[in-house]
Amino acid sequence: METKYSFVRKDLVSEQPPPLTQVGITGWLWRNLFSSMSNFTTVTSSVQSILMIILTIWLLYFCGGQLISIIDFAIISAVWSDPDGLKREVCATVKQGGDLPADWYGACWPFIFAKKKFLIYGRIPNEELWRANLVYAGLFVGMGYIIWEKGQGRKWVGLGMLTLFPVISLILLTGANFDISFNLILWTGILLIVSYLVGYFSSRNYFGEIFEQFSILFNFLALILFLFLALLILFSIDYGLAPIDTLDWGGLLLTLLIAITGIVASLPIGIVLALGRRSNMPIARVLCTMFIEFWRGIPLITVLFAASVLIPLFLPSGANVDKLLRAVIGIILFSSAYMAEVVRGGLQAIPRGQYESASAVGLSYSQSMRFIILPQALTHVLPGIVNTFIGLFKDTTLVSIIGIFEVMGIFRAASQDANWGSHVQHATSYLVAATAFFIFCFGMSRYSIYIENKLSRDNK
Amino acid sequence: MSASPAKNTKTQSKMMVTDEVVIEISNMNKWFGHFHVLRDIDLIVNKGERIVICGPSGSGKSTLIRCINRLEEHQKGIIKVDGVELNDDVKKIDKIRSEVGMVFQSFNLFPHLTALENCTLAPVWVRKLPKKDADEIAMKYLEIVKIPEQALKYPGQLSGGQQQRVAIARALCMEPKIMLFDEPTSALDPEMIKEVLDTMIELAEDGMTMIVVTHEMGFASKVANRVIFMDEGQIIEQNSPKEFFNNPKSDRTKLFLSQIIDH
Repeated sequence: METKYSFVRKDLVSEQPPPLTQVGITGWLWRNLFSSMSNFTTVTSSVQSILMIILTIWLLYFCGGQLISIIDFAIISAVWSDPDGLKREVCATVKQGGDLPADWYGACWPFIFAKKKFLIYGRIPNEELWRANLVYAGLFVGMGYIIWEKGQGRKWVGLGMLTLFPVISLILLTGANFDISFNLILWTGILLIVSYLVGYFSSRNYFGEIFEQFSILFNFLALILFLFLALLILFSIDYGLAPIDTLDWGGLLLTLLIAITGIVASLPIGIVLALGRRSNMPIARVLCTMFIEFWRGIPLITVLFAASVLIPLFLPSGANVDKLLRAVIGIILFSSAYMAEVVRGGLQAIPRGQYESASAVGLSYSQSMRFIILPQALTHVLPGIVNTFIGLFKDTTLVSIIGIFEVMGIFRAASQDANWGSHVQHATSYLVAATAFFIFCFGMSRYSIYIENKLSRDNK
Repeated sequence: MSASPAKNTKTQSKMMVTDEVVIEISNMNKWFGHFHVLRDIDLIVNKGERIVICGPSGSGKSTLIRCINRLEEHQKGIIKVDGVELNDDVKKIDKIRSEVGMVFQSFNLFPHLTALENCTLAPVWVRKLPKKDADEIAMKYLEIVKIPEQALKYPGQLSGGQQQRVAIARALCMEPKIMLFDEPTSALDPEMIKEVLDTMIELAEDGMTMIVVTHEMGFASKVANRVIFMDEGQIIEQNSPKEFFNNPKSDRTKLFLSQIIDH
């Protein structure tokens, strides 16, 4: 009986090349295109295959047509130069008083070149452009260095980009030398000294047990006051820079400024709000929940209108907070509410055991959040965080409705220029704006995918 | 465990129970909502004791040891650990938690950190040790639990038994006075149970004060100097393992023992 099943292989099978459907270009085409439309074994699958073939052909036709018309508009039919300084006429058809054929439709690049400075910097005077250039250079070099993984001391560069760079940029862009009243500086200084001393003595138990618990609070207050005082002093110094009104900032500079400030500020605020909403302390929980629900419940346009129109009505006369600053604060609070909910989602995905084992080894609340919970939670919700970032980046276009000229606002203003009035002016503007937004948003998206892959590689 | 007689005598002397009280629980009660989970618990643990707590599920064993490092809050009575009474004072609780190591049924390693980083995190940030010293201590304990070669791997790359041993090393790195084990082998395959139990036995032989919630009766009879039987949130019986297994006093204990021995 046993011998019946015994088997010994005599000749070994040698390695053979894979079928064409597995490798190379044919394999790629097979996997990505034909495998879903080549099954004709049954009636159902034949119908599916035929539908897939029709859909594929239609999609190729549609996308190809769109692509060709965009290329035609942007490159082939486009007018590239205006050697004679004709302005409007260079992009005009015969009917409109130009030389181009009546059915001509293409991009008018000389218009964009002429408005270049306007698009990149806004209305900053020409002789002050070096200041904006310095900010651009600092931004791109700094960000590039942080992204470049082999860079030495990236942590310190990152810290500098978060602390020193914004201050220097603001001094460069505004020119500082603000008229800050001496009384404000004096009172801030006095408050700083008082809160520092109270914190110092209460931490050494001079005022009894109860105060000891508040010493951290006083130290924190002192730190905030110190930073505030430092900023007041830094911004009241005369650096010999001509002042530039924030309403003259514009274009890409302003879009990046609003978006980056919003992104950088909304993440930490969102984290604090999310932690607060999950806190055991009822007051913190209620306050954070109210804050989040309030800001999520009103549209951004309303926030911006309120910032530009309503807030000044409530401010005491004489007190004047810059309009751009009001708008930026509105955007930060708005997006931090969204960020808080994204982060909260991540916090809820962390199993209870992680909180317990973090406590069990003796980590304090803040330590366990910092080292155990947040690193995991933020990794989980990285796609959601970047989603909010991209949304925020695109939402910056809304500030143009309150008379702040970021990229879209600048384009709209530029299109009003009668010197360049032609039937392709708007289409050209929107093409450039769309490209600019696509580059930044797609860049963020790819970088986040790279980070996700890197983190998941590290953890496996 | 087959230990030579010479080693046995040596370890016997190390496994001595002292008179020093490290945990004192008196008249402790706890409720989950309306449910009275722990009722009038009185327990005194001396330094060097190895206590095994057993009982049917839902009897409050885990809740009891989780009260000792205040992962659960008790509502009535007194718990004193290392002479410090547990109350709402966060600083005291953090202090006690750093003196009491805990090992969980589901390991609860930090998945985003390597085994070594799991072990060094608390010593660096709670004990404020320099990174280098913490690394040395961590490697020492990873060697004790016999997985130094896995130090740079992430928990997801380790088997269940290895993860649990890293969890034990992580707790030991804080050089705790007391170790709590909450069903450390319940989530493991039979082969891995042995490697974890061996580690725990070595720990006991080194004189660690241990409270172990487990169903491993072999471990209890070999290592414990006291076995506590709990049911319905109360301590029903406690005795030396020999007396407990051979001569149980209460009917509830007899029933429980007959059930686990039958299988």
